[in-house]
Amino acid sequence: MTAITQRAPIRRRDPRRPAWQERPKAATQGTKSGAIVVILLIILFPLYSIVLTSFSNQAAVNLAGGMVVWPQGLTISAYKLIAQGGVVGRALIVSLVITAVGTAISMAVTILASYGLSRAGSFGHKTILWFMMLTMFFSGGIIPLFLVVSALGGFNQYWALILPSAVSVFNIIVMRAFFMNIASDMIESARIDGAGDWRILWRIVLPTSKAVTAVIALFYAVTYWNSWFNILLFMPADSSKWPLQMVLYTYITQGNPLPGSGTSTIGGFVGNQQIAPLSIQMAVVTLTVVPILIVYPFVQKHFTKGVLLGAIKG
Amino acid sequence: MATRELVRTGKVLTSRGGSPGKSKLAVGWARLRRDKSLILMTVPAGILLLVFGYTPMLGLIMAFQDYDLYDGILHSPWAGFSNFQQLFTDPGFWHALTNTLMLFSIQLVLSFPIPIALAIMLDSILSRRVRSFIQSVVTIPHFFSMVMVISIFDQVLGGSGLLDTFLRSHGVANPPDLMTNQGLFKFLQAGEIIWKESGWNMIVYLAALAAISPSLYEAAAVDGASWRQRTWRITLPGLRPIMVLLLILNLGWALTFGFEQMLIQTPAVGTGAADVITTFAYRNGIVQGNYSYGAAAGLFLGVTSVILIVAANKVAHLLGEDGLYRSRQ
Repeated sequence: MTAITQRAPIRRRDPRRPAWQERPKAATQGTKSGAIVVILLIILFPLYSIVLTSFSNQAAVNLAGGMVVWPQGLTISAYKLIAQGGVVGRALIVSLVITAVGTAISMAVTILASYGLSRAGSFGHKTILWFMMLTMFFSGGIIPLFLVVSALGGFNQYWALILPSAVSVFNIIVMRAFFMNIASDMIESARIDGAGDWRILWRIVLPTSKAVTAVIALFYAVTYWNSWFNILLFMPADSSKWPLQMVLYTYITQGNPLPGSGTSTIGGFVGNQQIAPLSIQMAVVTLTVVPILIVYPFVQKHFTKGVLLGAIKG
Repeated sequence: MATRELVRTGKVLTSRGGSPGKSKLAVGWARLRRDKSLILMTVPAGILLLVFGYTPMLGLIMAFQDYDLYDGILHSPWAGFSNFQQLFTDPGFWHALTNTLMLFSIQLVLSFPIPIALAIMLDSILSRRVRSFIQSVVTIPHFFSMVMVISIFDQVLGGSGLLDTFLRSHGVANPPDLMTNQGLFKFLQAGEIIWKESGWNMIVYLAALAAISPSLYEAAAVDGASWRQRTWRITLPGLRPIMVLLLILNLGWALTFGFEQMLIQTPAVGTGAADVITTFAYRNGIVQGNYSYGAAAGLFLGVTSVILIVAANKVAHLLGEDGLYRSRQ
């Protein structure tokens, strides 16, 4: 027994490594692991520090001299202050509502158009498709769009943040490609049973394309959540109506105080506890980041499919 | 009813083949009636594109006018090409144009190789779980808006950001604020894009790597090729088609890139460092209310972009790639 245990240890092959592949040198392995850790830190560490600072009290922020790196003096008062109302709390609600309503409108329009264009040999579908695709290659630009929306009374109106960008022709093309690949015998037999196009779309096509529907809905939702320039264009001055991205822009990237928000650059109070202005700022950043982080794991797999589809089927 | 799918595939109701005795018009009318609900479905999208896509295109007429808000398109006086004359003699425009090309080139050169390196590195990791974890993390920033990315950069490289506090606590008296440094802005903007998009762009390369046959590697390894030789002779040539395609497609967006990114950072570094043609058009057109002048810059941008995109696709097709749109149906 002892003879066996004292035998020189054999370096075991990783069974996942292909048989022909040599085992990398320890130095190579070390460099690679180091590089990966650095890459992960470059992405995660700023996010960690931002979230941590938003939960830190005045003393912790003062001690750190800025962004907090070590957790201490944790508090949720920055979020309490935001929840008390003012521009940031309202902006969060506005952003959520615009994202929800906008995504619903975009999905309805996109699903209908995708199915309407997906049946081979239907009347005029090529013409309509070309009509739509031309807008992908040429656009009138910002200034005429601004004047058109203003002429329609959209200045300072929420619909101006939704309707002009409600249709993505690219998404229609992606979804149409999926609808075209649905087994046509299923659709045919439904038609024999007397179903019209509306019923086929609702009862057969949509239930069989849940994955692509989810992907496209999330693309739209992220676009609405992230959109910023259209707010600057159509709603530049009325801070009481702003969605979150515009608050982030004014308050963080430009460093301007938000009027009437209770969150000026000198910080604020919840009860008699002072909150560092930096904590409030980081709470705003956190509020824009967190919804994406929450949704992200559920859809990451699908997004990967989506980008491949975009790259291959374009 | 039973033949409707057949009909749609064009076997019965086409004017060429079937249904003898019916005129072309009657056949068309019958197809229209048959497909009326399909056409109706495309109407909402069509209306939105008509109003917010095509009407602004018509509005570009104002580039040839001396547009006045109160007179509108219909009654504003015509100005011929004077807006374009002014544009092409405006040093601000030429600065924006050259700056666009400069920022774009630096961004492309610095950011292009990184997703490839990331993909090759990730592909060599044996553990599936570790691989998908890293992929999830590096893809996250793609879903952040430009405002969010710049806010995050601000907290790391900016005035009282992480780097600043770190340097101060280690004896550097006055660390530079990298977010307001005009000279370094060209690298900063590339860095922001690298941080945001490298992970996302990596996914396409990962798919291309998965498509390279493992037997190539095996044969090479049996013949004694080292890791370095295999990467150079098998991996990179295998990625070449997708590299060429992405490079060409990127070039198609050379003039319209980075609008939000530059607009957000213009107050910090000034127009000298951050102005691109799109922000030039916005500033002149909307901010200063010189609508016709901004529209002229916009029209220049639109036309040159179409030429660039079509040319880029032509090149992609010549190289046997699909491009942004497909040449064959």
